Amino acid sequence: MNIVHTRRITQIFFLLVFVAACLAAAPGDIGRYSSTPPNLFLYADPLAALAAWASAGVIPAASVGALAMLALTLVFGRFFCGWICPLGTLQQAIGWLARRKAPAKERIMSNRYRLAHRTKYYVLAILTVGALAAAVFRTAGLPDSSTARVLTGSLQTGWLDPLCLSHRAFHLALVPLVGGEPRQFVQALWMGGLVLAILALCLWLPRWFCRHLCPLGALYGLFGRWALFRAGKTQSQCTDCRRCERDCEGACEPSTRLRPAECLVCLNCLHVCPDDVIGFRCRYPPETENAQLDVTRRGLLVSLASGALAIPLLRLNGMLGRNFSPRLLRPPGSRAEPEFLARCLKCGQCMGACPTNIIQPAGFEAGLEGVWTPVLNYRIGKAGCLPECTACGHVCPTGAIRALTPDERLGRGKFEGRDRVRIGLAFVDRGRCLPWAMDRPCIVCQEVCPVSPKAIGVVERFAPAGIEPMTVAGASEREWELENPIPDRAGDWSSGDYYVRWSSQAPVRIVSATGHRLQLAKNVETPALPGGTVEFLVRLLQPIVNPQRCIGCGICEYHCPVAGLKAIRVSAENESRHSKHRLTTPAPADV
Amino acid sequence: MNHILSDDANIQSRRAFLTRAAKSGAALVALGYGAFRMVRPSSDTSNPTPTDATPLPDFRVPKTGARMAIAEGPDRRRGLVAAIDALGGIRTFIAPGDRVLLKVNAAFAMPPALGATAHPELVETLAHLCLDAGAAEVAVTDHPIHEAASCFRFSGIGEAARAARARLWLPAARDFGRITAPGSRLIRDWPVLVGPLRWATKLIGVTPVKDHARAVASMSLKNWYGLIGGPRAVFHQQIHDFIGDLAALFRPTFVVLDGTMSMFRNGPTGGSLADLKPTHRLIVSTDPVAADTFGATLLDHAPEAVPFLARAVAREAGTMEWERLNPIRIPTS
Repeated sequence: MNIVHTRRITQIFFLLVFVAACLAAAPGDIGRYSSTPPNLFLYADPLAALAAWASAGVIPAASVGALAMLALTLVFGRFFCGWICPLGTLQQAIGWLARRKAPAKERIMSNRYRLAHRTKYYVLAILTVGALAAAVFRTAGLPDSSTARVLTGSLQTGWLDPLCLSHRAFHLALVPLVGGEPRQFVQALWMGGLVLAILALCLWLPRWFCRHLCPLGALYGLFGRWALFRAGKTQSQCTDCRRCERDCEGACEPSTRLRPAECLVCLNCLHVCPDDVIGFRCRYPPETENAQLDVTRRGLLVSLASGALAIPLLRLNGMLGRNFSPRLLRPPGSRAEPEFLARCLKCGQCMGACPTNIIQPAGFEAGLEGVWTPVLNYRIGKAGCLPECTACGHVCPTGAIRALTPDERLGRGKFEGRDRVRIGLAFVDRGRCLPWAMDRPCIVCQEVCPVSPKAIGVVERFAPAGIEPMTVAGASEREWELENPIPDRAGDWSSGDYYVRWSSQAPVRIVSATGHRLQLAKNVETPALPGGTVEFLVRLLQPIVNPQRCIGCGICEYHCPVAGLKAIRVSAENESRHSKHRLTTPAPADV
Repeated sequence: MNHILSDDANIQSRRAFLTRAAKSGAALVALGYGAFRMVRPSSDTSNPTPTDATPLPDFRVPKTGARMAIAEGPDRRRGLVAAIDALGGIRTFIAPGDRVLLKVNAAFAMPPALGATAHPELVETLAHLCLDAGAAEVAVTDHPIHEAASCFRFSGIGEAARAARARLWLPAARDFGRITAPGSRLIRDWPVLVGPLRWATKLIGVTPVKDHARAVASMSLKNWYGLIGGPRAVFHQQIHDFIGDLAALFRPTFVVLDGTMSMFRNGPTGGSLADLKPTHRLIVSTDPVAADTFGATLLDHAPEAVPFLARAVAREAGTMEWERLNPIRIPTS
């Protein structure tokens, strides 16, 4: 077994570890409090750590892992890309399958270094400069004016960070396709499609994404240039057979002047050299190495400028502040919007962890910069946001969603007397609600409201049952005889919801109504007189929301039988994370 | 020579023709058979799965008749064992080899202390009793209001089932079959959790006594709501009729109605200990209507104030005159 076999085994091992990490985030133990197993890879992602630190000014919990990865890169080069990255492993496998029978010449050609490979450094610049700008502004101490908010940075590395790409594709596309539990995600097509496209491009050129676009690879490349140990030619003279380039994953030109920034440490070159010229060591003749980054000053400046300008431009659409989208419901524990955006990697871990499948990738609710950040959709999934569940906050790698405890969320235990965490507020649409708009009993929303005391109260109302008042012929205490037969309603009269009202007394429930005879559930206060008229009524309980109690969990919205546009809907007013969205005065102590 | 050759060619082309004809004939037959299998005899294309015409099993044990025991005291385990003993012991109901389905009320993902779900102690004890009586297998199921797995986890019922070696049956899409309940105006060609019901030979309902704005009270009969699938919330429009229909459709071996701590307000979710009050009654009854009529009194409701009880009586699912069953009262404290 040589080093290449070791590398392959390592790659398969880490691919399995990645799957295990994804599964550790998957719904299951929603009482979990350790965020490390699901985030093994994201915690060791220096791109995410750097960007989150820069844009939000916080060191993510376990960025020690990220620093360790950079330190190891200074020793061994881009070993992460060649040995660990799950997306890299998949690309390598596909590239190998596509080219294993191709002639050596063709394979050597496909592993040429191309100018376009420099693009990834520009991508890195564009994606990180927005975040770095925030660090500059913060350090400069700019005041928190609306201008300053436009100038604060944004975390956009997750678009192309291979680890975020892989987590998203796993949770949002792979699990719904092959998972046991039915799960559904809007935009899953794009999440899965992007990774599929990346893999498909390997049919054209090996590791197309790694070589051309990967911002994480570019970051490792910056450090890999100075790696202590690296592959390379130990002498400048060789037979120029170029066998070393036949399977070169990084297209780093080992046959001429090896580019350490591009080398993925796949070490395919090491054993194929017939003259044993290729080595893996500290020192090489200078003419066999090219440590220059292949970027132009102009290209870099353009990238930096466009990245820096992009964030304020993305924000000029004015989706922050007073023009916030009422559909923008964030998971419980989410921070206020600017800080949320500064921290959210769009990695999709919360979406994968949500046991009720309500956390969905955003479209444009949060503006362009918030595309694919988590929003709640109560029509999808399984019954709203469970009040006792805090899974999303516990898998969030950057704390964009705070790791609450159920007690903190619900204002219990040592949080007694504190406000509950409100996601939003439910509004009854009285034009669609059955008991409000159509005089039909329902009140499912009140039944399922999990708050104590219930945030949905009821108003009792007796509505005309749709028949003309009738004349009493004779009455004993509970049995009345009417002059005309009561219209048949297929048993409805005795269903417990129908009442009669005699004169101005309180309505009395009908037990049965057959022919001329009416049987009542209890005595009326003064007996009905022959010749008097009785009204037929239906008793309705109409829902009414108490905004001081509602936590916006959306369980009412999910269960509302008005299935299309729900008759009770949660929107972002009154959410805890924005004091400016406050709708009510603080709740009195009893709620 | 010429005609011999042409004869040869004729023979060859005849053979080729026959081979071709046989092949295309076989293809036609296969196609026709496939088409025949795909076309449904009924023209109803709106409903992809046909109604399951087999009636649901009646889980009552013949000859036990309507019986009821009321254990009085705060200890659920002791109460349950004592009440079942008073009715002749678990072996009266469970025979060796039975597959027992416990339809628990696991409606919400809430901790057991809040009383919104069947108490795990009851589930565990009952499963143990059934297995000790020789039941081949005990399964615990519900199609709850919150997400199912979380409900069983938070309510402690999942753990109780595991501890008693009972099977936790989380409802999957394949467990639902469309049925039409005989004599029901509402349950017509409607998805019902038939998977576990067809599997089981005995059915036991386990549920707490709870307040309910729409149904007045949620008890043994309302518990069967959790066996209904589809957009079942529409039945709230005629909830008393609907519970009456449920009472006629599901005929249990017996029910366990837990009035140890009754939820007297804010039901059926509760959410606070302040919504509960100790009523210290645990009812085991082969007549769920009698059990619920007694249960209603724990919430200070006159039986007439709970319309679904009369609907259930009208559907011949039991009696509201629970005292006529001569309930055995057992003090356990």
